[in-house]
Order: sequence, then structure tokens, then C-alpha cells
Amino acid sequence: MNMIQAINSAMEVMMARDPSVIVMGEDVGYFGGVFRATAGLQAKFGKTRVFDTPITECGIIGVAIGMGAYGLRPVPEIQFADYIYPALDQLVSEAARLRYRSAGQFTAPLTVRSPFGGGIFGGQTHSQSPEGIFTHVSGVKTVIPSTPYDAKGLLIASIEDNDPVIFFEPKRIYNGPFDGHWDRPSKNWSGHAGGEVPEGYYRIELGKAAIVRPGEAVTILAYGTMVHVVQSTVEDMGVDAEIIDLRTLVPLDIETIEASVKKTGRCMVVHEATRTSGFGSELVSLVQERCFYHLEAPVERVTGFDTPYPHSLEWAYFPGPVRIGQALKKLLKD
Amino acid sequence: MMRALHNGLSLHVPEPWCRPGSKANFDAFDIPAAGSVARPPIEVEPFAIRELAYSLVRVIDEQGNATGDWDPCLTADVLKRGLRAMVLTRVYDNRMVRAQRQGKTSFYMKSTGEEAVAVAAAMALDRADMCFPTYRQQGLLVARDWPLLDMMNQVFSNSQDRLKGRQMPVFYSSREAGFFSISGNLGTQYSQAVGWAMAAALDRDPRIAAAWIGEGATAEGDFHHALTFASVYQAPVILNIVNNQWAISSFSGIAGGERTTFAARGVGFGLPSLRVDGNDFLAVYAATDWAAKRARAGHGPALIELFTYRAEGHSTSDDPGKYRPGSEAAAWPLGDPIERLKAHLIRRGDWDDTRHAEMLAEAEAHVRDVGKQSERLGTLRSGARPEVSSMFEDVFKNMPPHLRAQRDEMLR
Repeated sequence: MNMIQAINSAMEVMMARDPSVIVMGEDVGYFGGVFRATAGLQAKFGKTRVFDTPITECGIIGVAIGMGAYGLRPVPEIQFADYIYPALDQLVSEAARLRYRSAGQFTAPLTVRSPFGGGIFGGQTHSQSPEGIFTHVSGVKTVIPSTPYDAKGLLIASIEDNDPVIFFEPKRIYNGPFDGHWDRPSKNWSGHAGGEVPEGYYRIELGKAAIVRPGEAVTILAYGTMVHVVQSTVEDMGVDAEIIDLRTLVPLDIETIEASVKKTGRCMVVHEATRTSGFGSELVSLVQERCFYHLEAPVERVTGFDTPYPHSLEWAYFPGPVRIGQALKKLLKD
Repeated sequence: MMRALHNGLSLHVPEPWCRPGSKANFDAFDIPAAGSVARPPIEVEPFAIRELAYSLVRVIDEQGNATGDWDPCLTADVLKRGLRAMVLTRVYDNRMVRAQRQGKTSFYMKSTGEEAVAVAAAMALDRADMCFPTYRQQGLLVARDWPLLDMMNQVFSNSQDRLKGRQMPVFYSSREAGFFSISGNLGTQYSQAVGWAMAAALDRDPRIAAAWIGEGATAEGDFHHALTFASVYQAPVILNIVNNQWAISSFSGIAGGERTTFAARGVGFGLPSLRVDGNDFLAVYAATDWAAKRARAGHGPALIELFTYRAEGHSTSDDPGKYRPGSEAAAWPLGDPIERLKAHLIRRGDWDDTRHAEMLAEAEAHVRDVGKQSERLGTLRSGARPEVSSMFEDVFKNMPPHLRAQRDEMLR
């Protein structure tokens, strides 16, 4: 399966298992979603469980919270992460706080799916990576898969989770892994182990990272598309790096990170999102606190620049193999 | 930046009908006579009753008679229960403001003058219907016989506060009483109520949802989202707008009420929209009952503007003397909801001043007794508080490692 099919399969599995699961969003019903993630679901489960909504992100999330309070398990879609901002008040002030402020009387067990990330010439409003906005909010979990297998298992776990989950889908790798070499032919998931996805139910526990490549020389922390870019760069350079795919940013699997950095003594953080106050800052801070006496070099960050995401200058902005390679050389030399 | 002036142009900034130092004046308000608005059948098409959004449904006239076909024809027992709930709400409000002035709590908000808006609605709804209130519908809890002790414990953030001291006073939450958790963020509950109603509809559940919003907060985007979703999906929800004329210091004209009514907003969304005398217990009851029956029969949502007056300050942090005349509440043409229902009961021969005084004394004694009981459980100033470590609970269903670590760090 590709990642779209895996995500579609996760929703189909959960809708069949649990009548309280409903899917809603702009163009998700009859049409099956602008990325086809909900294709076939309305025909199978009916239009009261899979339905199109008016174009109002704030309304979609507000209504989903009310449905969650009633006892449903809504899976609302925000068409692009770049358009999640109108819903921030409902997500930050309401969904994230409902359990806390009502001492558990009311809950918001929603899973907000949203395509995110760049690498597709999406310009300023189809490329953003706003995960750092949500990791800063107490009460929501933030999940980002990097393979079809993980996408399905993590999405099933997110839908089953009783807390609100922001589920960001790296749209650059919907159809195949992306190594950052935009000028080479694109690959599909068929040759990749992560593209082997079981048809039925399985779950990947939230809050658990995956070591996608064990190594001794340096620890690289990444998620989403960047996992593949890092993997390819490390292989090309012949560096014995340990690559950790975080998968869940909150709650974070700090034990896996700590053990790895204590072993390698060096750490690099890679994300597409802008640098200042990005999630990388939190990772650097945690590594510094927990591994200070094991560090042999300052922790490196390779991120998007602190600018809006540009259109034609995309490959200068995107933290690709060149920038990651330069940072790795610096880190290993120190 | 100054450009060439055009004498015909200027920015219009609405001003209220009067300011401190001048005499209160509501002459510009058009108040139709009680009984003058017809009651349509519940299955009516919204467009056919659009003029109701510009009129005012009223039942109790100036002499205390119930008139017209909106009269809900309630028994004396029901009316007395409503009167007591309104009186109890007002007495409770007064007591809690005194407690705030004594430093026993940080904050309080009264609903004085708006008791009918909550109490009559609660009585017209089924107890299982879910209410999505603002911070000024405490009468819903009182009318549903929710214990005052529980409410006071929340206001005092004491050891028995079911919200464990996490919320500011008056931000109650009671799932058992069908009273949704109150948020400080205005308008957010409006679309949530529509979502709850949509969920009930797809579950074929006969329960409906009711939401409240102030006229000031109708300017928030969530108001628009809620009306859109309610109309699109024909959700079984009652959308109440409490137009008490004031949003803190801003009069209703700043919210967009200068040239049209708030009920008229509903007409544009295809919602049946009523404008109702909010100080008339019978009118509020009848309108809520009409909208509830309509929703339960599958005819979809309704919008109700409750025309009333915020008789006191916005909160204990507010001094209304700084922006409106002190005489305004007394000059309000729709009077006081408690006085009007009392006059109606007396007119019917079911009530008198003696019994009213006894009921008031009983309510005051009850509030005083419960107040002492609650204060013994602690107040913000003294006594037992929720466990400090409970601060870290309920952020998530299960406490994740980083929160466990922060809790341990604090307890160390």
C-alpha cells in the first residue's frame, strides 16, 4: 500500500470495528478527499458517518468536539495543515483543555488528520509544518508517521486514543519515500519494507519512537519526510549514524533518545519546520539536560529557515542532503 | 497620513442611548403589546415566520395577565417552582458577591435580571437535554435542582470542588445535570452544541441540545459556524442569544445591533428565529417549548433572541457606573423577571406578598446554611484545598512520563 491507501485502510478498519467513529471534512464524502484518503468510505458506511462539511475549519473542529462530548469518536480532516489556524481556538482552548477543565466529565477523543510538510512546490500555504504550535499545547498528542505501515498503525492507535490527537501526514511521501533528491525520478512504496501493510487491524503504540537505522557515530532525530532524507544522506556519506524516527512528538519517547545519545555522544535534529521555537529546540534542550556529560560536540539543528515557505526557491529552503551532509561533517569533526 | 478631505465621508462609531450623568432613556425601543404575536405551528417553514425575528413574543402584560396564544398555560405549581428557582438564583448570586468582597473567592458573575432566560428554558427542556451555557446561566443548574453546595464548592475552589480548583469561579461543569463545561473563550460552545445535536441525530437519540451566547459574542466566528452547521445538517438544537444590551462596557450597537435584531441573523441562515421578551417567564418557557418540540419532531433547529437587560455589573471586576447611568436597570421597559412572574401569580390568585416574603426568607436561610457548610470545606482564603498533585491529572487520560516527572519534581 502507499500511505494514502494505508490511511484509508486505517479509517475503514476503525469504522467497521466501532460505530462511534465518524469521518468529516471538506470534500471527504462523495468525492473521497482531495488526496483520496477517504475514497470509498461514504459508499461503504453511509453519509451520516462520512460526510462533507462547509468550508470552515473552526466549525469542523468545534462540531467535532461537541460530537466527542456526546460520545462519538470523530476523525475530522483539515485539508492542509496550513489551514488549521482558523481552528486553533477550538483546538487549543477547547479540545486540549476539555478533560482537564471538567475534571474528566467531558472529553474530546478526536483525531484531526491533516496533510503537512513541503517538497511539492506547495508555496506558502500548502507546505507548512506547524507541529511546534501543537507540541506547545498541553492536552493534545502530536503524531507524524513516515511509512505506510506506521501511518496505519499509528492512525488506528490515534483513533482509539481517548485524548485529542493531531495526526500530521507528510504529503510528500504519500506515494513513495523521498530522499531529498528532487531532481531524480520519484520512487513508490512497492520496493520499501514500510509499504507492506496488513489488510486488517493492528496498532502502533503512541509515544514510542523507532530506531530505523542502528549506529554508533551519531544520533539523528527526525520524523515524517525527513526520516527518508536523513537515511539516504547517511548511506551516501557512509556515516554510521543511529537514526531515530520519533513518530510521536507528544508524548515523546525520551528514553530511546537518551540511550542513543549517551551511546553515540553526538546528536543532530532535523525538521522541515522553521527553526526558532521549532520542536527541534525542545529536543536540543532535552538532550542537553539529560546527556550533557556524554556529549562530545554541540547538538546540531538542520531545519527550514525562519521565513515563510517559498515557491520557486523550495529546494534552497528544504533541509535536503546537502545541508544535512554539511551539518553531519561539522558534527563529526568536532 | 492626511489626504484631501471629502465632507460627505466619516467613520460611524455607534454610541449607546445614554451615558453616566444623563437620565436613562429607552424611548427608542419598540415594545409590542403582550399577546400581539401569533404562535405558529411547530412544523412551520422558517421563511413563513421571518417577521417574528423583528417582533417580540410576550405573554405577561402590564397588569400581570397572561395573554395571547403563546401562553403556555402552566399550572400554579410549575409557576411557583419557576419563581422559587429564580429567587434562589438571585439570592445565591448576592451571597456569592458578598463572599467575593470578603476575599473568600477571587471572582464572581451575577445573572441578576436574566434569571428567566435560564430557569424558564431549563423547565421547558427535558432534564436529559444537554445545555451548552455561557457563564451567566447558573439558573439552569438551580432549576435542575443541582445542589447549591456543589456550586459554592466550585466558587470557593475548596477541597470538595469537583473541578479540583482548576477553573475560575462560576465556570461550572455537571454532566449529570446536562450542563456542559464552561469555557472562558466566548462563543466556542455554540458550534460544540450543534455537534452534540448532530451526534444525537445520527444516533437517533430523542435528546436535543440547547446553547446560549451573549449578544456581544455573536460577533465571534463561532456564532457564524454554529448557524451554518445547524442549518446545513438540520441539527436538533436550540440556539439562544441572550441580548442583555451590554458586553462589559460595549452596548449592543457595537456588536452589530444598531440596525437590525440579533434574531434576524437566523433568518439569513434559514433558521426559524424568534425574538422573545427575556424577562417574561411565560414567553421564554413557551418559546423554548416550541423550539424543543419542533427539534424533537425532526423539524430541525431554531434560534431565539432573548431580549433582556444586564441589571448589574458584568462581573465583580467591573464598575458599570463608569459607562452607563446608574438608573438604567430601573428604567428598563421590560421590568424584572421575578417581579413580573410574582405579579402574574398574584393576579391568578395563586400567590400573595406574605407567601412571597416567606419564600424569600426560606431561600435566604437555605443559601446561608449551605454557604456556611461550603465555607467549612474551605475557601480560596483558608481551609482545605484540592491536592496539589491533582494539578497534573486529567491533562490526558493517562499521565504521560513528562508530566509524571514534573509532578515528582514539584513534590520533591
